[in-house]
Amino acid sequence: MQRAATFGKRAWAGTVWVVTGFFLLNLFATIASVVVNSFGTHWFTTWLPAGFTTSWYALVWDEFQLPDLLIVTAEVVAAVVVISGLIGVPAAYAMSRRNFPGKRAVMLLFLLPLVVPPFTYGIPLATVLYQAHLAGTISGVILANLVPTVPFVILIMIPFIEQIDPRVEAAARVFGARTPRLFASVLLPLLAPGILSALLLVLVRTISMFELTFLTAGPTSQTLVVALYYAVFAAGVRPGQSIDAMAVVYMAATLVWLLVTLRFVSPTQIVGRARR
Amino acid sequence: MTAASGVVRHPLRARLRERGLDATTLLALPAVLFVLALFVYPFLYGLYLSFNPMQGGALANYARFFSDPFLYDTIGTTLVIAVPVTVLNVAAAIPVALRVRLMRRQRLLTAILVIPITLGTVLVAEGLLTYLGPRGWVNRVLLDLGLAEHPIRLIHNYWGVFLSLVITGFPFTFLLVLSYVTGIDPSLENAAAVFGARARARFTRILLPLLIPGLTITLALAFVQSFSVFPSAVLLGAPAGPTRVISIAAYQAAFEQYDYPMASAIAMLMAGVQVLIVVALLMLRGLVYRGPAATGKG
Repeated sequence: MQRAATFGKRAWAGTVWVVTGFFLLNLFATIASVVVNSFGTHWFTTWLPAGFTTSWYALVWDEFQLPDLLIVTAEVVAAVVVISGLIGVPAAYAMSRRNFPGKRAVMLLFLLPLVVPPFTYGIPLATVLYQAHLAGTISGVILANLVPTVPFVILIMIPFIEQIDPRVEAAARVFGARTPRLFASVLLPLLAPGILSALLLVLVRTISMFELTFLTAGPTSQTLVVALYYAVFAAGVRPGQSIDAMAVVYMAATLVWLLVTLRFVSPTQIVGRARR
Repeated sequence: MTAASGVVRHPLRARLRERGLDATTLLALPAVLFVLALFVYPFLYGLYLSFNPMQGGALANYARFFSDPFLYDTIGTTLVIAVPVTVLNVAAAIPVALRVRLMRRQRLLTAILVIPITLGTVLVAEGLLTYLGPRGWVNRVLLDLGLAEHPIRLIHNYWGVFLSLVITGFPFTFLLVLSYVTGIDPSLENAAAVFGARARARFTRILLPLLIPGLTITLALAFVQSFSVFPSAVLLGAPAGPTRVISIAAYQAAFEQYDYPMASAIAMLMAGVQVLIVVALLMLRGLVYRGPAATGKG
């Protein structure tokens, strides 16, 4: 009886690992398909392309206006990171240090943009931005991207701030530090690790935020993902390998920052957002 | 200490401070105003706009939606994709998370699984177009193993969208479930084992009841995400037919017909269906699960 139980247990564990392995295999193969194709000359009915070349990358550089795309993406991402930090961190400080009437409602207000999927609120948001003549501009794209990132920073920062002993701040006050000084010399150094991880997560999320940018961007305010979407959408206009070359550029930009982020943040934090 | 001096000079300020409203509280104000202006206001405006159609009475948009099969069918089409994907992803995530919980070096696996979430649906769709395509590696394997005589059609139909939602959705549900599973105190399970409970009983009697609140949230979030699928439904699916999901209908109304009131109405219906399903899930949890909402952190 005991042996049967252990056999069943092992078979179950084996099944779980085989399924997980199969998933990972397909995931890697999907990504590898993109990379291999971007370096291939022709790829028809063989396992690998007939020959290898880097010429698609040169083509992408000119044809997709890659330099422009990279600049726009960098501008949007930098603005979103800085502004969501400036708005989000002070708000997180207020939320973790004060109890005020209506605090639960405010918390719910911050949770909603994280739980409602971007496409659902993106359509009304784009409508409002079009009426304000902001859609199609970089400012519009930045504003739209801030909608989920400001609450995201707040929710990540609250536990960080709560674990700092308020007596440290009280001591600084006793020694005559005013609020700006308190922020700059006491809180900022203590909160730096938290702010760093929150902003890195915002950075990675903004590079890959498709829906909101897609709904609000114009031809000159597209980021890399949106341009990639249009390239895949109009497949046939350009050689498939050049689209994959662009996909590899996007992937490299995202994964480099993901690697940096994972040095400071646990992977579960990337999805563990509405946990409360 | 400062409050005492405040009473003399600013009685109102002191009273506000007692209730927790002072300069520090005001630091939350920019964020509150921001979310009100760019999340709440657009939603309310969209709701208002949906009742002010370009032609006809207040309910004309909704009447048009529910009388045109090309529009109302999108709800069913989206549910047929989103519900099975969500159930599969969550069901697969539970056993894997329970296993991975016992691993000492989980970080490599979780880091790998974050990759598809980070890369996003557009890139996964582009990858799957090659990988699942008629000349891709999947069909290569099937042909070489003699499992198929002709390449199987896996893209530009239902299965392309389904598989893309598994690739991006499973890691998401897995990481969420894992964070709930690791929140359960292992000593509860050990105690049950000491009293002779076998693996199956430990799962159904101890782990599952403690997991139900987290699983409900995971199901709700995963469903809501797959219900608003857009890029892969266009790129990997058949956006004119079997995978014409509701977000495509909303997008076309807004950006191809420039009918913002209609687009708003569709977006409101999209939100409505999502809220309905989430409320149904929460009510179902209320029926199945009675007990403290704590996750046994102990």
